Amino acid sequence: MVEHALVERVAPAARRRSHPVARFFRRHPLGAAGLFLIFVLLGLALLAPWIAPYDPVANDFGAMFRPPSFRHWSGTDAYGRDVLSRVIFGARTALVIGFGASLIGATLGAVVGVVSAYFGGKTDLLVQRLVDVMLSFPIIIVALAIVSIIGTGTDKLIVAIALSFVPRVERVVRGSALGVRAMTYIEAAQVIGAGSWRIIFRHMAPNVVAPYLVMLTASLGQAILLEASLSFLGLGVSEPTAAWGLMLRGAAVDFATRAPWMAIFPGLAITLTVLAVNVLGDSLRDALDPRLRT
Amino acid sequence: MHSSDVGVPRARRLALALVAVLVVLALTQVEGTAQAPRHGGTLVYISTAQPPSLDGHRETTFAMLHPVKPHYSYLVKFDTQNYPKVVGDLAESWTASKDGLVYTFKIRSGVKFHDGSTLTSKDIKATFDRIILPKGDVVSARQAMYQSVKTVEAPNPQTVVFRLKYATPGFVEKLASPFNFVYKAEILERDPHWYERNVMGTGPFRFVEYVRGSHWVGRRFEDYWERGKPYLDGYRVLFIASRSSMLAAIKSGQALTEFRGVSPAELADIVRALGEKVAVGTAAWQCNNTVAINTKKKPFDDVRVRRALTLAVDRWGGSQALSEIAFVKPVGAMMRPGGQYAMPEAELTKLAGYGRDIAQSRQQARALLREAGVPENFSFTLKNRDISMPYEAVGVYLVDQWRQIGLNVRHEQVEAGRYFADQRAGNYDLVVDFACDFIDDPDVQLLKFLSADVSPVNYGGYVDRQLDALYVRQSRTADKAQRARFVHEFERRALSEQAYGFYVLWWQRIIPYWKTLRGYNTTTNHYVEPDLAVYWLAE
Amino acid sequence: MTRYVLTRFLLILPTLLTVAVLIFILVRIVPGDIVELRLVSGGSFVTPGVIEAERERLGLNKPLWDQFMEWMMGIFRLDLGLSMWSGNPVIQEIAIRLPLSLQLAVMASLIATAIAIPLGTLAALHRGRWIDQVVQVISVAGLAVPSFWLGILIILVLLGVFGYLPPLTFTPLLENPRANLAQLIWPALAVGYRYSAVTTRMTRSALLEVLREDYVRTAWAKGLARHVILRRHALRNALLPVVTVIGLEFAFLIGGLVVTEQVFNLNGVGKLIVEAIGQRDYTLIQGLMLLVALGYVLVNFLVDLLYAWLDPRITYQ
Repeated sequence: MVEHALVERVAPAARRRSHPVARFFRRHPLGAAGLFLIFVLLGLALLAPWIAPYDPVANDFGAMFRPPSFRHWSGTDAYGRDVLSRVIFGARTALVIGFGASLIGATLGAVVGVVSAYFGGKTDLLVQRLVDVMLSFPIIIVALAIVSIIGTGTDKLIVAIALSFVPRVERVVRGSALGVRAMTYIEAAQVIGAGSWRIIFRHMAPNVVAPYLVMLTASLGQAILLEASLSFLGLGVSEPTAAWGLMLRGAAVDFATRAPWMAIFPGLAITLTVLAVNVLGDSLRDALDPRLRT
Repeated sequence: MHSSDVGVPRARRLALALVAVLVVLALTQVEGTAQAPRHGGTLVYISTAQPPSLDGHRETTFAMLHPVKPHYSYLVKFDTQNYPKVVGDLAESWTASKDGLVYTFKIRSGVKFHDGSTLTSKDIKATFDRIILPKGDVVSARQAMYQSVKTVEAPNPQTVVFRLKYATPGFVEKLASPFNFVYKAEILERDPHWYERNVMGTGPFRFVEYVRGSHWVGRRFEDYWERGKPYLDGYRVLFIASRSSMLAAIKSGQALTEFRGVSPAELADIVRALGEKVAVGTAAWQCNNTVAINTKKKPFDDVRVRRALTLAVDRWGGSQALSEIAFVKPVGAMMRPGGQYAMPEAELTKLAGYGRDIAQSRQQARALLREAGVPENFSFTLKNRDISMPYEAVGVYLVDQWRQIGLNVRHEQVEAGRYFADQRAGNYDLVVDFACDFIDDPDVQLLKFLSADVSPVNYGGYVDRQLDALYVRQSRTADKAQRARFVHEFERRALSEQAYGFYVLWWQRIIPYWKTLRGYNTTTNHYVEPDLAVYWLAE
Repeated sequence: MTRYVLTRFLLILPTLLTVAVLIFILVRIVPGDIVELRLVSGGSFVTPGVIEAERERLGLNKPLWDQFMEWMMGIFRLDLGLSMWSGNPVIQEIAIRLPLSLQLAVMASLIATAIAIPLGTLAALHRGRWIDQVVQVISVAGLAVPSFWLGILIILVLLGVFGYLPPLTFTPLLENPRANLAQLIWPALAVGYRYSAVTTRMTRSALLEVLREDYVRTAWAKGLARHVILRRHALRNALLPVVTVIGLEFAFLIGGLVVTEQVFNLNGVGKLIVEAIGQRDYTLIQGLMLLVALGYVLVNFLVDLLYAWLDPRITYQ
């Protein structure tokens, strides 16, 4: 079983019939839709200053709590700021933190996992105890604890969320890496005198790319949700930055019945984004890791 | 009034008087004060925070006062119907010696504790000894307020005498602190920490139940010293931290009010839902937001830059705009606007940043910045608390104001723990600071502007002996008008000439309450309320 | 078997000890001071002497090692110390919040299971067809909706459309079941939907695996009715991994509902954690974290035991 999977992963080219991207789209229409949505979001985020009808931080004390209209498609908030413009600019915050945190977290987790699996023994034991500890807390609590220590703001949020992903990614990648570690070619490499780091990065790392990618996409959606939750708790980015979780905080909840648009649009943005990311992630997992395919 | 209405014809004057009488009559009818207080009913109100311990001498938060206060009496207290008048509570009367060094209080006789025992001067002495000279590991938060006190004596069961080292203006007001619960001497002797987790006083209500995070219940004390009071059968405090739930609770009638204050938008929400059923009390609040400038950092060591920063802030316009969304409004310097030491408006408008012509002030600010060599689009960080009301609104407003003189300010909101740590460590460029009190006392209000080596709450990091000297002078001046002049001199130097820091706006208390709650009067602060002995419920 | 249980149980201790040491150190790295927060965060002026005296009293000036040993010795006596904020025993502070959190976790798990098992079964039986796709979208959506936002929407609809406000304070279930359920059903729905997503997927894949087993094929071949095969053969055997997922999620529901509790103004463990961290209440944070970790580790232990008991193929050395 392991051997079979390995062959498939190391040499996918041998089995290629049509272009893999085209095949992916044909087999996973939902995933393709997700990918499309993510590109739309990326476009919105990049072009925000040209697309957004208003400055997302400009106060207008003459136009507070305005319902959706032709002037303000999604209404205005407690400072008279245009909700739609803030949702569009919020995509920047969400994507920067989402991609930043999941990339750093998954990569760091993968590296630790592979290294731990390679060296084994006491190193592995120590790392695994630490991972055990972190895994025995809900992820939001771990993120909360790290944010409390290092502080808030976009850059620090990325670090905090990334760190809270590390143990989860580490567990999965280590599992795969242990399988690779037992292969004879690793032993062979050691015998011919290859250095540890060379073996880790040249021989082991390429073989855990699939679980790494799967965990990466799974983290992306979760990172966006975590950012929203932390900002909602007041431990995320600061006003007047446009961020979806922050938009749901305070007035959006307090005046939900009076100005429901303040709560509805940012929440929809979060949901759609995470949905797109998750659907894509599922399809990727199916495509990359046949063992997980059901 | 008499001298000014000479020119008005007699008939018209009569008509006016008549109208006035009618208006007054109509008003009293609406307010319902003409009715005799009704006995009975349970008042339900909200507290947005939980008491840490239950010991008034040790805590400083309204979260402890709002549920606990109705269980206790004071030696003297602020009359919430006529704030800042001080009236006797357990003290029947008092006298002060000519030199202001000896205060003698006559204690009411026959006052009962909730456990049935009788209160004597011994209990009051034990209480104030604990506040003024705490022993062992007892902590008293307001010890510094009573530095002038030499001894507290109880020569006989009905008399308490305070002897002072030097005369202090406003000593009786200080004694009237809403935190000065009178405890029982015997209990304090047995266990000085007993009151941290238990309740037993002589107040109008006895303790029934406290479920942390949920509610607090008090029941009428039948042997309360003031016959016929309290009017209520009992009260119940609901602990609701979330603003939306608090609003929902008031709108649905599950609670009648909350005694700290709501924002204008929250008020609008409540009024929209309840219409005629609610009344609204407002008052200038004894709380304010200030900005401390780190004078140890460049370019804030330059007085021109500091003056430019305060010049750019439109107080009068901000008062109008911000009061729409946050509970800030009155424009003032260091002493509460409308209070006895407040700077008159004519003087106030001469301070930097208080001028009526904001365009001119901004021009001046830009010129100062150029002169000081601060480039266009210069960037710095404004540190702030992560509390939305009113800190966030004030911060967002300031950022916008400074944008208009070409400054690019980053707003950094941090949670309380980090905020205080950073403040203490001087880890900021500018920081939104704040203060709240129950008393107009320049000794306290001016403290944060004293030299850094004198005042532990100077966050600017400067040394200014002229201010220190002025402070001592005002503190030892018994004549209130003269004292006010010294205070204003202090304000001018600190806020305008040197601009070490500045005031943004004072807060505005807005208390919406169901009209069934009667006898309630909104005061300048949330510490002296609620005054449950005088409130009652209409049918 | 007994030996396995015992060794497995003993393995819990090092994890908990590491949690204890780490938490003890970490809370002290977080900048901020409980005394300052308690005495000056309301805007009052307090002299540095008072703050120092209070620190002394709370034992914050003692050497770290002494503080740690004091805490450890307490734990061995099952005493988690006093909350630095309220002065009440930490155990009592937690005990007040635990019934609500436990009940909410149970209700959310029940709702999640009630959604997940039928949906997952349906999807497995119609694998690859449109029903499967619909179920997949429902469950992926569940993972995508922030449950606190779902909570806001629920409140919005209840209040805005029906003019109904759920009770704001907690009533114990046994005291008044109606008031109790009226308060907790809404957050349970918001959370339960989200947590049903993972369970739905697990049910689907576990069932698919079982349906491929020989004995199920035999059953089909025998011509047994579909519901009989499902109930008697397939579901029962697919249940193990599903129960595992439910169990582990349940453990995380206690203390993990930080944001949802905020939205619904629930006085639960999650809110207490946020409060305790915000107030830098070291003793309370330590106690809470230990409790959360203990809950997770115990559920893990029970799941392992369940496996050992149900699945004879697993052997234990």
